[in-house]
Amino acid sequence: MNQIPNSLRAGPDATGHFGAYGGRFVAETLMPLILALEEAYEAAKKDPAFHAELQGLLTHYVGRESPLYFAERLTAHLGGPKIYLKREDLNHTGAHKINNCLGQILLARRMGKTRIIAETGAGQHGVATATVAARFGLPCTIYMGDVDMERQKPNVFRMRLLGAEVKGVSSGSRTLKDATNEALRDWVANVHDTFYIIGSVVGPHPYPAMVRDFQTVIGNETRVQMMDREKRLPDLIVACVGGGSNAAGMFHPFVDDTDVEIHGVEAAGDGVDTPRHAATLSKGSPGVLHGARSYLLQDSDGQIIEAHSISAGLDYPGVGPEHSWLKDIGRVKYFSVTDKEALDAFMLLSKLEGIIPALESAHAIAHVCKVAGQMKKEDIIAVCLSGRGDKDIFSVAEKLGEKL
Amino acid sequence: MSRLSDTFARLKKEGRAAFVPFITAGDPDMETSFAILAKLPAAGADIIELGMPFTDPMADGPAVQASSVRALKSGATMAKVLKMVEKFRKTDKTTPIVLMGYYNPIHAHGTARFAKDVAAAGVDGLIVVDLPVEEDEVLRIPARAQGVDLIRFVTPTTDDARLKRIVADASGYLYYVSVAGVTGTKAVPEDEVRAAMARVRAITDLPCTVGFGIRTQEQAAAIALLADGVVVGSAIVGQVAANLNAGKDKVIAEVLELSRTLAGSTHAARHGKVPA
Repeated sequence: MNQIPNSLRAGPDATGHFGAYGGRFVAETLMPLILALEEAYEAAKKDPAFHAELQGLLTHYVGRESPLYFAERLTAHLGGPKIYLKREDLNHTGAHKINNCLGQILLARRMGKTRIIAETGAGQHGVATATVAARFGLPCTIYMGDVDMERQKPNVFRMRLLGAEVKGVSSGSRTLKDATNEALRDWVANVHDTFYIIGSVVGPHPYPAMVRDFQTVIGNETRVQMMDREKRLPDLIVACVGGGSNAAGMFHPFVDDTDVEIHGVEAAGDGVDTPRHAATLSKGSPGVLHGARSYLLQDSDGQIIEAHSISAGLDYPGVGPEHSWLKDIGRVKYFSVTDKEALDAFMLLSKLEGIIPALESAHAIAHVCKVAGQMKKEDIIAVCLSGRGDKDIFSVAEKLGEKL
Repeated sequence: MSRLSDTFARLKKEGRAAFVPFITAGDPDMETSFAILAKLPAAGADIIELGMPFTDPMADGPAVQASSVRALKSGATMAKVLKMVEKFRKTDKTTPIVLMGYYNPIHAHGTARFAKDVAAAGVDGLIVVDLPVEEDEVLRIPARAQGVDLIRFVTPTTDDARLKRIVADASGYLYYVSVAGVTGTKAVPEDEVRAAMARVRAITDLPCTVGFGIRTQEQAAAIALLADGVVVGSAIVGQVAANLNAGKDKVIAEVLELSRTLAGSTHAARHGKVPA
């Protein structure tokens, strides 16, 4: 456990809790694995060789560091603060997900695991997992909801090209939540040889902390790049939140900087006052799903409510436990953006900056469009552009009524 | 003494293992599942595991998942599950009922309130799949205070150090998960169960039931020679699915028929002998 006093970066505690959130709510069969994983991760964290290998891969395989790009025309268009985009979309595989997958597969190898499984929503984590599995020569099975397979066809094909087996999940809402259930079922049945690469800051301890740590490279780089460019920290940091991994990585290095305001942006789908949204922190309540206590979309009887978002990557009724804690203590403010607003931001960034953002990241851009007017011209916003939008062109075209 | 300890004591005296069928409350609807519940003791059930349906049963295989979906579709709620037990208790004062499910519906109910409500309804034990020893205190302590046992799992991945920790605060009985996997997908491995029972018996006098992967008479009889109880879930709820089209009376009849058959094998296995 990290022992920095008076720091919001010290969590989780020894039992994996961030305040009242987190923990290890898994079947007894999985518990010994979770404990072994925690032990292996703690040992890897202290091992310079592990960091050196990961750093080498991040540099030469992923293409880090990713640029911090000044979005000049978006800034001019909004007429307010200077807007910088942290270009995770330029990473190999097109999103921030690869940062975490590399960390976890190195850990899998250290633990002697010979088979990889993962869940995926938008397919970005699935592609990143299939990529690292190919790179390290390990067989890999990706669970993906039938609905998501339909709306993210290019990524399904990509995963198969990379040698992964993509298994469709037809239970429940047939999206990310159900893919996660199915991955957990696979894991419990194959505990002896299988490593489960969870794609977000969710799941039982140590996953939320471990995934955050692997993604913290985003915020660490942003911090150095910002000091280099502007000689100061940004006034506002913005990232989209589904499970919340790009946000966790972007936010973590800044949570102790009280002058930096931090906004997380959830998917409001048709609107948070309709039944069709994925705004877990804004509209949910604490509960337990997929191994951790956190905010959830649930009914009064504790049954999970299906989430909805145009963005498959945000279409999840849970959220990382650390985000629940950061919300409750008031350090991070969470907002939401509708499908329509995200789509408008998707088009706007494409036309103004020549950058087609992932629909997930477009939620963060949409929020920036909303708050820029309330900020001063000399203020600085840093937005995590978590992924690129190539994978989304089919669903966007369909929304716009165009046939490709 | 509790209904659970009375039952295990009586069975020990009689020299037989408990037959423990699992059904999901509200599957395929509240009325039919109550009819099944009420008749299970006469069909050989010594203890009944009653599933609390949940939208995301991640430790369950396809049969129990489908059962949960049917129950929720039919409008099952926690309040209705508790009412069902209450109604059962009006006529059956001796057969233990153990509620089985996932933590979130209990968390939503409030753990202290849940402990009181289940005790008032006449529930004897709780099995909560996603509440390992690291997290179960929040329910175990209030439940115990109401005389309700939180049943803990032992699995093929449980090492000796964990086993010690598990039995330390356990009460009622232990549930040995015979395979690493979800319910109803792999066959019970007899030799491994035998070894596991020996490990458990070496450190505790608590009774131990075995479940996950028992669906035939032969398997039930084999496990009855090794364990204090034989749990059958997927095969039983599978009978609900298989007979749905033939009507509710047929569903009830077939579930009870399978129970009678498996109970017969379980009860006859030891011919009055104590387990090996």
